Amino acid sequence: MIYDYLYNLTGSEALAAFIQSLLPLFIFILPFALFAVLMERKVSAHMQDRLGPMRVGYHGILQTVADILKLVQKEDIVPADTDKPLFNIAPALVFVGSYGVFAAIPFSGAFVGANIDLGLFYIVAISGLIVAGILMAGWSSNNKYSLLGAMRSAAQIISYEIPTMLVILTIVMITGTLNLYTLSEMQTGYFWNWMIFGGPDFGISKFIFIPLMIIAFVVIYISTLAEVNRTPFDIPEAESELVAGYHTEYSGMKFAMFFLAEYANMFAVSAIVAAIFFGGFQSPFGYLGNTFGVHWLIPFEQFFWFTAKGLFFVFVQMWLRWTLPRLRVDQLMALCWKYLIPIAFVDLLIVGLITVL
Amino acid sequence: MLTEEKIPTKPDNVRTEEMVLNMGPQHPSTHGVLRLELTLQGEIIKECRPHIGYLHRCFEKHAEAMTYPQVVPYTDRMDYLASMYNEFGYAVAVEKLLGIEIPERVEYIRVIMGEFQRIASHLVALGTYGADIGAMTPFLFCFRDREKILSLFELVSGARLLYNYIWVGGVSHDLHPDFVRLAKEFIPYFRPKIKELNDLLTGNRIFIERTANVGVLPLDTAINFGISGPNLRASGLKWDLRRDDPYSIYDKFDFDIPIGKGEMGTVGDCWDRYYMRVLEMEQSLRILEQALDQIPEGDVSSAIPKRIKPPAGQVYSRVENPRGELGYFIISNGTVNPFRIKVKGPSFVHLGIMNELCKGHMIADVIAILGSIDIVLGEVDR
Amino acid sequence: MKSTEEVFEILKGRFGDAISELVTGQPAESYFSVSPKEINKICFYLRDTEELLFDNLMNLSGVDDDNGEKKTAEDGSFTTFGGTLSVFYHLESTSLKHKVTIRVSVPRETPELESVAEVWRCADWHEREAYDLIGFNFLNHPDLRRILMPYDWEAGHPLRKDYKNPEFYQGMKVPY
Repeated sequence: MIYDYLYNLTGSEALAAFIQSLLPLFIFILPFALFAVLMERKVSAHMQDRLGPMRVGYHGILQTVADILKLVQKEDIVPADTDKPLFNIAPALVFVGSYGVFAAIPFSGAFVGANIDLGLFYIVAISGLIVAGILMAGWSSNNKYSLLGAMRSAAQIISYEIPTMLVILTIVMITGTLNLYTLSEMQTGYFWNWMIFGGPDFGISKFIFIPLMIIAFVVIYISTLAEVNRTPFDIPEAESELVAGYHTEYSGMKFAMFFLAEYANMFAVSAIVAAIFFGGFQSPFGYLGNTFGVHWLIPFEQFFWFTAKGLFFVFVQMWLRWTLPRLRVDQLMALCWKYLIPIAFVDLLIVGLITVL
Repeated sequence: MLTEEKIPTKPDNVRTEEMVLNMGPQHPSTHGVLRLELTLQGEIIKECRPHIGYLHRCFEKHAEAMTYPQVVPYTDRMDYLASMYNEFGYAVAVEKLLGIEIPERVEYIRVIMGEFQRIASHLVALGTYGADIGAMTPFLFCFRDREKILSLFELVSGARLLYNYIWVGGVSHDLHPDFVRLAKEFIPYFRPKIKELNDLLTGNRIFIERTANVGVLPLDTAINFGISGPNLRASGLKWDLRRDDPYSIYDKFDFDIPIGKGEMGTVGDCWDRYYMRVLEMEQSLRILEQALDQIPEGDVSSAIPKRIKPPAGQVYSRVENPRGELGYFIISNGTVNPFRIKVKGPSFVHLGIMNELCKGHMIADVIAILGSIDIVLGEVDR
Repeated sequence: MKSTEEVFEILKGRFGDAISELVTGQPAESYFSVSPKEINKICFYLRDTEELLFDNLMNLSGVDDDNGEKKTAEDGSFTTFGGTLSVFYHLESTSLKHKVTIRVSVPRETPELESVAEVWRCADWHEREAYDLIGFNFLNHPDLRRILMPYDWEAGHPLRKDYKNPEFYQGMKVPY
């Protein structure tokens, strides 16, 4: 696909791989993160009966550009008595953890960063780097609040990876593959072939799967909300309790990295949920390219559908953030261990039984 | 990088069980400049000591150097979220000392302003409480509605927050001709907003989980600690100064006094205290409807004395602030300057109960408890 | 419901000389005086007796009575010697709905009186404020330290009539 195209263009493997790995980063993720910041501000403003940024650009479109310019030229204040190497590496780790996930996500039929057979497993593993980054940030800030925030965050992310993994296992049992690209390809056709509606095989098992899939979808959506530290699970950055949690002491470009990493992470998990349950880049009702016979249009259409689904789930995440209050730490843990994990487990067992029979 | 000599060995005097955390004077959730010194064991609080005095502006010392009418703008600034009521309390106290009669129109105006102020103050309390717990949206909805009340106040006194409107013996200006009409339009606008707030915040499962059974205040402890206002009513005692020790013309109006029933948890928990304020807003709307219908005509400045020189004596009079019982203890020695004014702000007394309520809870609960007792640091420190 | 005179009679019958000086007839409230060392016992009695049941301490204020002799210094400021400082207690009963005001006077040079923090826990902070601003020494108070002024304020007690602001506090110039 794109790799072959680039190889033919440049004639060198290393250069093609290099450009291919940078493409999603610059064409998609960074502009998306910039856009998501603005989207959050506008969405939250309209939900709160106000207007949001209106001055910079038409109706505030250039607001994020202004913010990034401001953050880049800020003085990098490092508090005294911090553990300097850890302090400097932490934002980089969080950034890498968030962006590394995008390597395995299929953006369209023609482009996937790295067609890894262990796609889902790789994704969960790389997002573990985020935990390490957060703990480093909290510890090295030499600030009790940051330490508390970091510890809470680490506990939260690690606990909520378990329901995520259980749901992923459920899907793997049905489809037999961990490769996200293949998963998306399997859900071709129309929207009733999506996993949330039971999967591509038509038969009695499809209809039995539907309620189980819906439960699994809800479980994974909640767990991934907790993994990206969004309300109602944003204890680590609870503004009204711990000022800003583990990134209290960061300023300037390092803070920008945490900030952008959070939005990239939000999109990454939305994309994963969309890819697993909602058909990834598949369109719900055929392709315009097919009807008109214009075949090179199809990858672009797929890209459009992929982005639309991802953005929709990001919008729901923002919607939840501005509606719900936040849970206390022990309630959060209770939710994970006492409710989500048993439900996901039972779901897994039932799906497993049905698949075997 | 880390050589042998740099690896620290644990010194002997490091206490690894308890940590002292400072929710310092600058904090988004402490409702002003308040310092809470928390002694923690893990996340459980063993002791919570409030340190106050950051907003001490020496009101009582200033008052001794000024004449009685000059004190009124200073009383505004104590509880800056409920200024009309501070002035109301002061005016009632000095009028008791002087022994003068007030025209009826003035009484009605004072009650109307007081009840609007109560709604505005409760809106701030509820909005910021939601924001502390994490729900940012009700905060903006409450402030949007509060803007309407503040425009009414601006129409009447010229100021949005600190009014200098209720003077000893009367009010400073008569009502604007449009005021009654605009005020009557506010009431049907606001009633559905209370329902919206209930849908968004009061009945929200997560909010209930955060506030029910947290910071339970038993009734006898409450009375012993001198708690008053919505906090006392939430613990189950039907005690409202507008009913039990009436001042001004509150005995002419028909309104209920809600008390806490422990619907979502125990009687006297944070949810009850929060819900008292929601119910009180509805009762204030009832009083406002009756007052706006019955307001008579008259001259508002006829009873304002030219020179306020009360006879020697003292008085302790109290009014029902949105936060509790606001008491003014005024000693006069026969001159134009008060000899001593002591203000008993309800928030000062309520803050003393933080240690008692916070023991055994977690840090997130401290914020919930502090928000539910609704303090304003201007009143605590004066 | 009892009036101040009736409460005065009941207490005088029980405690005799500790209760004195009923002041009535002035606007707008009457009060009687209690001896400073007995105030704790009397308050327990007031709170627990069936017919009185004063379970709520509404207010506790310190007052500088300004009744000593004033010695004026060259710069116009004066210091007071002799005379008294007073504490006023305002009590009420939530069940029987009556109120009473009590006054305790102590000499200016040794302003010591018993604390009532055990009787009503809200007196804790009120007494700290009276100590901070006027300078009473409440005996048996659980934690008597300054509350509104900074903890290391050494220039005296601000609400006294003869209080002068210090020149410097921790290196900062005070009057500006």
